[in-house]
Amino acid sequence: MTDTLTTRSITTDSKNRSREAKEAERQYRRARGWSPWKSVLKHIGLILVGFIMLYPVIWLVVSSLRPTEEIFRNPGIVLDSFEVSNYSEGWNTLSEPFHVFLLNSVLIVLGCIVGNLVSCSMAAYAFARLKFSGKRWWFAAMLMTLMLPIHVIIVPQYIMFSQLGFVNTYLPLILPKILATDAFFVFLMVQFIRGIPKELDEAARIDGCGHARIFGVIILPLMVPALATTAIFTFIWTWNDFFSQLLYLTKPEMYTVPLALRAFMDAQSSTSWGPMFAMSVVSLLPIFLVFLFGQRFLLKGIATTGGK
Amino acid sequence: MSALGELRKLSAGKRPQTAAEKAFIKKDNRRDNKAAYLFLLPWLIGLAVITVGPMVASLALSFTKYNLLQAPKFIGLDNFIRMMGDERLHNSLGVTFVYVFVSVPLQLAAALALAALLDRGLRGLAIYRSVYYLPSLLGSSVAIAVLWKQVFGGEGLVNQFIAIFGIEGRSWIADPSTALSTLITLNVWTFGAPMVIFLAGLRQIPVMYHEAAQMDGATKWQRFTKITLPLLTPIIFFNLVLQIIHAFQAFTQAFIVSGGTGGPADSTLFYTLYLYNRGFSNFDMGYASAMAWFLLLIIGVFTAINFWASKYWVNYDD
Repeated sequence: MTDTLTTRSITTDSKNRSREAKEAERQYRRARGWSPWKSVLKHIGLILVGFIMLYPVIWLVVSSLRPTEEIFRNPGIVLDSFEVSNYSEGWNTLSEPFHVFLLNSVLIVLGCIVGNLVSCSMAAYAFARLKFSGKRWWFAAMLMTLMLPIHVIIVPQYIMFSQLGFVNTYLPLILPKILATDAFFVFLMVQFIRGIPKELDEAARIDGCGHARIFGVIILPLMVPALATTAIFTFIWTWNDFFSQLLYLTKPEMYTVPLALRAFMDAQSSTSWGPMFAMSVVSLLPIFLVFLFGQRFLLKGIATTGGK
Repeated sequence: MSALGELRKLSAGKRPQTAAEKAFIKKDNRRDNKAAYLFLLPWLIGLAVITVGPMVASLALSFTKYNLLQAPKFIGLDNFIRMMGDERLHNSLGVTFVYVFVSVPLQLAAALALAALLDRGLRGLAIYRSVYYLPSLLGSSVAIAVLWKQVFGGEGLVNQFIAIFGIEGRSWIADPSTALSTLITLNVWTFGAPMVIFLAGLRQIPVMYHEAAQMDGATKWQRFTKITLPLLTPIIFFNLVLQIIHAFQAFTQAFIVSGGTGGPADSTLFYTLYLYNRGFSNFDMGYASAMAWFLLLIIGVFTAINFWASKYWVNYDD
């Protein structure tokens, strides 16, 4: 059954289930001993679970707009004052204003996205479409790296990058993506390309197209959904990444958002929770926006790769 | 198909080919080999320079004493012998095991229960799914760890709530007996990702199985345990393997909540956190490498056990 759990079947599944089909399903359920009371109870339960889960995050946002001393007194989420002073204060607490860290994070994220899109799609094309010697072994190697803990490679990698003088540059963070080390995305794209009808590239081949053109003109435009999924996941994972940024970035002006938040917490006194909450909200906002607009691709991607 | 399914298939061996097929493939190969390796070039360089090279180097370093400044000095198995007597390391293994084997089953149980409740055709399904999924995107961020530190702190949100009922709380984060549970809670909170995978799996179960069982008078619970669960076992297995591997590597949350120390009293000193402290605070690179390979061994053993045990409970219909 794992075999049927492909990206494609999930898309078609959600697309085909039109409004009428849903309505029919509801009527069917009603005919089979469905009771409104049970249903209401179930919804209340589900809403309660969701509310409890999101409560800390909602409270974080509300508290960031309150004076700091209220954070330790008011567990409610009804906002009666509206103070933006936490934001202006938090923005300027560290040695650099917060937009420096935001820009640094954006720069790394963009580099990683471009790197992943180019290199992973190329590797995926080879694995999904080309026949070559040792393919089984290379593919197995790729799948194995999916499960490799980063710690086994991080020490020599750090030594290598530090001897190359790359510490306190963004190269150690971006270079691995340009070299397609995120096997998750290679695998995701392989799955996607396998779903594209082979007749298309065979026709192009007969017309005299080489692999570069088949890849660039036929496959790439058709795999935009997979590319979008990759871009969105790369955004979120790189934005949240802490471990490798902690290793490679030690100068405050090079700090990314997670490192800035950590520095904030180390430097804080008990009175600066308000500004720290405010900057936490700022740091979560891009993820929330990406989630809001890219949810479709996220849900598809997670079903194939297993997410993080 | 999942990555695990692929691996299973690859290990099952090659399909026998006819002579004609072989000849055809051989002819085809000549045309594709060069192109394929060009397309794979970035990935191959990455595999060599970023993954396999450092892996081998890390194995070599594990037999040395190395502090980044002086050249590595070969010390044989000393690092591994030291590990056997390292109390903090044993403690960190214990902390990590508790974290993995408590939080992963709880997380998967929550994911499965909610996926099962989100029936086909349920009103507002997409909204519920989004709400439950959102925490798994936020969960690994430093910001949420900061929030957790406040929520479970002495004057935190949790204590403010229980104070309403007249119960006096304590700092859950500062108490060694509860600090780890706050991190376990955080991992369970991110059940949305496996839940989405379960949902996709549930959609693949033909409705007619349930209809037939219903006609025979099976209750909802019976249908869940006799139809849904058995058919979902490959997905449960997939989630279990991935989440265990993932949980063994947890780092950020423990680092932030404990301020990088793994405290209080080493109660949140994850194996990875201890490794980081050995390698990058004490620059004990040889020892850290030895620890890393030991981690790989542990994860490998548990994954192998998982695959072996799967024969007895996972149903593959192929």
